[in-house]
Amino acid sequence: MSHARRSVLVPSVMAFGFAFLYVPILAMIGYSFNNSRLVTVWDSANSPTLKWYSALWRNQQVLDAAWLSFRIALLNATGAAILGTLAGLVLARFGRFRGRTLFTALTTAPLVMPEVITGLSLLLLFVAMEQTIGWPAGRGVTTLTIAHITFSLSYVAVIVQSRLAGFDLSLEEAAMDLGARPVTVFLRITLPLIAPAIVSGWLLAFTLSWDDLVISQFVAGPGSSTLPMVIFSKVRLGVTPDINALATLMVLTVAVGVVIATVLLRRQERRRERDLRLAAGAD
Amino acid sequence: MAARGLRLGRLLVIGVPMGWLLLFFLAPFLIDFKISLSEVRLAIPPYAPLLEWADGKLVALHLHLTNYRYLFTDSLYVSAYGYSLKVAAVSTVLCLLLGYPMALGIARAEPARRNLLLMLVILPFWTSFLLRVYAWMGLLRNNGLINNLLLWAGVIDTPIQMMQTDFAVYLGIVYSYLPFMILPLYTNLEKHDGTLLEAAADLGAKPLAAFLRVTLPLSVPGILAGALLVFIPVVGEYVIPTLLGRPDQLMIGRVLSDEFFANRDWPVASAVAMLMLLLLVAPIVAFQRLQNNASEAR
Repeated sequence: MSHARRSVLVPSVMAFGFAFLYVPILAMIGYSFNNSRLVTVWDSANSPTLKWYSALWRNQQVLDAAWLSFRIALLNATGAAILGTLAGLVLARFGRFRGRTLFTALTTAPLVMPEVITGLSLLLLFVAMEQTIGWPAGRGVTTLTIAHITFSLSYVAVIVQSRLAGFDLSLEEAAMDLGARPVTVFLRITLPLIAPAIVSGWLLAFTLSWDDLVISQFVAGPGSSTLPMVIFSKVRLGVTPDINALATLMVLTVAVGVVIATVLLRRQERRRERDLRLAAGAD
Repeated sequence: MAARGLRLGRLLVIGVPMGWLLLFFLAPFLIDFKISLSEVRLAIPPYAPLLEWADGKLVALHLHLTNYRYLFTDSLYVSAYGYSLKVAAVSTVLCLLLGYPMALGIARAEPARRNLLLMLVILPFWTSFLLRVYAWMGLLRNNGLINNLLLWAGVIDTPIQMMQTDFAVYLGIVYSYLPFMILPLYTNLEKHDGTLLEAAADLGAKPLAAFLRVTLPLSVPGILAGALLVFIPVVGEYVIPTLLGRPDQLMIGRVLSDEFFANRDWPVASAVAMLMLLLLVAPIVAFQRLQNNASEAR
């Protein structure tokens, strides 16, 4: 076909693009097993080694920061999943209402807003609030969590909204016609339909929070350094082998998690489609 | 009774996320604006109050435009804004040039391969931004992997200075923001009706002509969405220029951060943020229009 002839360009750009995306990460993973402290000299006599990984276990600063980041990411993902699901529901199902334009603007702007602006503005708000109402007292887990929820709820909203847009209203309307109350319709029909989107949203919100540096730098207090903040302060001084090891662990955990989640969600999706087909065939 | 309950429920579902965003997303900008009109002061917090109260009465209102005047007169700020806009524009074009063929290739792959390729695009998006930029430091340094390979292969005699250059900044930005370009493009391209291209071919159009006159015009919304998703955040980019960029030419995100953390000049940092926001209002509004159209079209 006509596609066949020009298809040299597209596949070669694709191959280059994917190599471009993955080579740096693979190189970093490779060097995390290098024995030499000079990151770029491969000490083939004593490598591969796990010594940088075991060094991480003894680094209390890194462990504390990881624990803090983990707690914030959990709180954030849960908060963002709840608020983001509500926002996605409003965007997809509530039609027109007064203030819809503002509502849409507020939910989509955080997706593109430069982080330095969001971070600075939120910090100024927290300072002003503390001055006037005494809350939040100081900066730490609370301010970090609020800041993270604010930017990550938009991602959940977009995911939930596009999932809902993929289903027409007929199921929900049928349930309403049969006399189900709105809350029942939501719990029995809408929620199961969007559950995969909420799970993806929760996972994305978790990683967004876990990885955030810029906004956290503004709203964190003294003594509440998140893992990216600790990494950044080390990385500014140069490449170090223990950071290579830490990065490898983080990248591999996320990669494995995303692959497993994708496979599970897809399998569940197939089962649901099959059930729907069977149900349709049974009529 | 039931109708009132319904209305109340509706109000709650709208009100909870709306209230959160009004308080934690919109209100901060107003405070930012207020402080940008204030004066720096050696205090905690380090700015002068705008309003002066005495016995519960407002006695004075102090507004200072000096911070803004400062931004236009000091060449540091002017050049940082200009440089940031240039870097964002060039990176957007580079992302498009690399991302478009990739999105097209994925959209036209067989369904089974398509999911795998799509996952390969999304996966970096899930891994830490900071670590992906850091990974480049290991490749670009004077004694990094690329220079070592080139030296070993005999292509060069002395290492090429790649870190702390414009090249490294563009590389880091294209690398980090490429998925933001590919995903909206893919979403758009995947929906194209293949029969249009077949019709064009039947009518004698060469593949290039069919691409230019059918596929490209249809993909304009995808291009715009991807371009805005790259351009807007890159203007305020902080991590990439700090780790990979030139020390003699700062981007505005770095300037803002330095004003705030190093100089502790909150009013000037706020003014820098406000002016950046002003520059970005038009692209942000365009992005929202696009999002609205996309959600209404479905």
